[in-house]
Parts: sequence; C-alpha cells; structure tokens
Amino acid sequence: MAFIEVSNMKKSYGSLDVLKQISFDVNKNDVVAVIGPSGSGKSTMLRSLVHLEEVNGGSIRVADDYLVKDGVYSRPQEIKQITLRMGMVFQHFNLFPHLTVKENLELAPRLLKKESAAEIKNRSTDLLAKVGLLDRANAYPANLSGGQKQRVAIARALMMNPEIMLFDEPTSALDPELTGEVLQVMKHLAQEHMTMIVVTHEMGFAKEVANRVMFMDNGEIIESGHPTELFNNPQFDRTKAFLNRQ
Amino acid sequence: MSLEYIIQILKPMLQGAQMTVLLFIIAIVVSIPLGFLLTLAVQSRFKPLSLLAQAYIYVMRGTPLLLQLLFICFGLPMIPGIGEYLVLDRFVAACLGFILNYAAYFAEIFRGGLLAIDKGQYEASQVLGLNKWQMTTRVILPQMFRIALPAVANESVTLVKDTALLYAVAVPELLHYAETAVNRDFSIVPFVVAGIIYLIMTLLLTLLFKWIERRFRFE
Repeated sequence: MAFIEVSNMKKSYGSLDVLKQISFDVNKNDVVAVIGPSGSGKSTMLRSLVHLEEVNGGSIRVADDYLVKDGVYSRPQEIKQITLRMGMVFQHFNLFPHLTVKENLELAPRLLKKESAAEIKNRSTDLLAKVGLLDRANAYPANLSGGQKQRVAIARALMMNPEIMLFDEPTSALDPELTGEVLQVMKHLAQEHMTMIVVTHEMGFAKEVANRVMFMDNGEIIESGHPTELFNNPQFDRTKAFLNRQ
Repeated sequence: MSLEYIIQILKPMLQGAQMTVLLFIIAIVVSIPLGFLLTLAVQSRFKPLSLLAQAYIYVMRGTPLLLQLLFICFGLPMIPGIGEYLVLDRFVAACLGFILNYAAYFAEIFRGGLLAIDKGQYEASQVLGLNKWQMTTRVILPQMFRIALPAVANESVTLVKDTALLYAVAVPELLHYAETAVNRDFSIVPFVVAGIIYLIMTLLLTLLFKWIERRFRFE
C-alpha cells in the first residue's frame, strides 16, 4: 500500500481551479520531484498535504488515516496527528527570528512533551552536526546566510521525526552559490531513504536524486515517471515545451 | 538669577515632578496590558467585540486628551442621577483618563506589530504541531513586542510630556510649580528649569528603551 495516496484532489479560489482532480501515490522511500511552470499548482498541492491549504474535494490518505476523504476533513485532533508525520521545509525558511538555532530546533519537541529534555537536546545536537551547523547552535537566524537558514529549517523539520519530508522550492530564495549546500543535505537525506516530495526548479537535483518526476501544468499532473524517461523522452507537448525552456 | 534662587524653586518643582513620575508609571503599567487586550479584541472573530474595540480606539484617538481629562474630572459629575457618585479625586481621574487614552494608542501600536509578522511564522508553527496558545505565546507575541518596541518607546516619551496636562485639571505637578514661581517672581528661570527636568526624564526613558532594544535585538 502506498504511504500517501491522493485521489481527485480539487482546489479552487472562486472560479479559478488551482488543482483539477489530481491523483498520485507516494511510496515509502520515494523521492518525488515535482516540476512545472509558476502557477501550475505545485506548491498548493504540497501545502494541501500538510493542511496549510484546504482542498474543495477529493481524498488524501496518509498511511492508514484519511486527512480528507471525499472532501470531508477529519477532526482537528486527527488532522494534527496525521500532519505531524510530515516535515515541511518552506521556500523562505520561516525560522523563528527571536530564537537561536538550537531553540528553533527544540521549541516544538519541548512543547509537545513527548520526550525528555535530554533526548531532545541529543537529537538537536545530532541533527545540527548532520547539516553541518553545530558551531552555529547559539546564533540567531539574522546572522546566518540563506543556505545556513535553510539547513537549520531542514534540521528543525527533522526534529519531529517525520516519516516524509515535503520541500516547497527549498532553494528558490537562495543565491545560486548557496543552493549547493542545501541540495547536498537533501541528497544525504535521500540516501538515508527518507521519503521526500520536492517541489523544485532544480532540474539537476530532479535528475540525479529523484526516483520519480511529476510534471504539473495548469493544475494538472501532465505526466510522471522515472527521471531519465521523463527528461529524455517526454510524452506530451506541454512537458516538452517546459523542458525546452529550462 | 542666582544659584540660591534655583535651589529654592527646585524643591517644590521636584515635588511636582514626583507627581509627574507617579502618573507616568501608573499610566504606562496599566495602559500597555490594556492596550494589548484591546488589540486582541480588535482581532477577535467575535464581530461585536471587535467593532466595540475599534469604536473605542476611534473615539480615544479622535478626540483631544485634554477634552477627555476635563470630561472625566468635570463632566462625569454633571450626569443627572449618577453624577454625584462619579466625583473622583483629581489625580485618580487624571490617571483614569491617561490610561484609557494611552491604551488606545498602544493597541494600535501592537496591532501594527502583529500585522508585520510574516504569515510563514504561523505556517511553520502549525506544521510543527504547536497549538494556538503555544503559537501565540511562544512565536507571535515575542516578535510582536519586539517589532512594537521603538513605537512604544516613542509613545512613552510623549506620555512624559503629556503629564503636563495635569495642569489643566489643577493637580499640582512640575509645570504647575514652575508657573507659580514665574508669576510670583516675575522670572523666566522656572520655565527653563522645568524644561531641563522634562529633558532629563525623557533622556533617562530613552536610554532605558535603547537598552531594552539592544537586549532584544536577536542578533
């Protein structure tokens, strides 16, 4: 059974259909790259999975639980349990500016009180080492570069022990010379078999790291497949046109 | 203009300054939390409460503080029937007026602070599993207060100077004693001394807020 199953997901703002009945599965250990032009609904799709957007129809199942079934959402407490299985990384990092790097990582786990303070502290140290920022643990976000901020944001999401990581254009707000360090961290995660959905403009990353690429345009999934297949032999004109522009 | 004269007038003026400081402290300690509650009321999804708070802020910011003070001191006791129960001590009445007025200004300052917080902060809090209370107290309010700090400092300096309005409701304070000395001695010196005392008070306050701002710079 697929870990995430989306069926006929629909979202509209007034008469504008942002997502038109889209369906897809994500299996454990998948790394799915979602590509497509601006305004194609990629981000809305991703944000709907963690309930940052409410859909107007369709179903989203995560493991055994439905976040939304045939357009009807679960109860708030269930929604929270389901979305906590997912980690989210934003384009603009959204670090808490009034907290240090370490406090950014530890705030939510401490408030959710599922583990001891010592466990939380150990994990934040491990994760900061993993993203290469142990020496910046006591810095405030204002004193970090964009690439460092995004690595902190990834570590913060990992603090919640998510089963899947969602990335919403994680390198789009970065200077070109800083995207490499973030992509490197994401690549490591993929090598450790983290399940990931990555909305991205980085075709290199999609080719190299993803095991599936999904091309979206105008609120629809036009096609999806293995990167070599999709990049070398796109089946649809819209995909071809998009790839030619890159 | 001898030093002796200055020392002689300084004593009552410093006593008056105590009144100024007392009013300032009472007004700021009560109006900041009250202003914050007003901000929450304005943001409330319960429409009548929000409208009421907005109307309150509109009236308090839209009429002169002097009028409000006169209204509380001399207007309320004239209300038929209940007026006789509304005769307040002048100083108490003045405190009430300052609190009610400044709360409206602080409410607007805090609202500005809230609006300046990026929606990404709410989204990050949500996906990390924080509930509404945790998000508000641990993520939103600390940032709101930090953003509002320079405006709060500015408003506090204005409050120090506005305490001179006590003069109008005949509560003896700094300016009152200066004016008395000026009339009695036909000298401009007391006005200058009063000005210097106000400057010293606002300087201390400015330094205090600068220190707080540095303390919460988050860099």
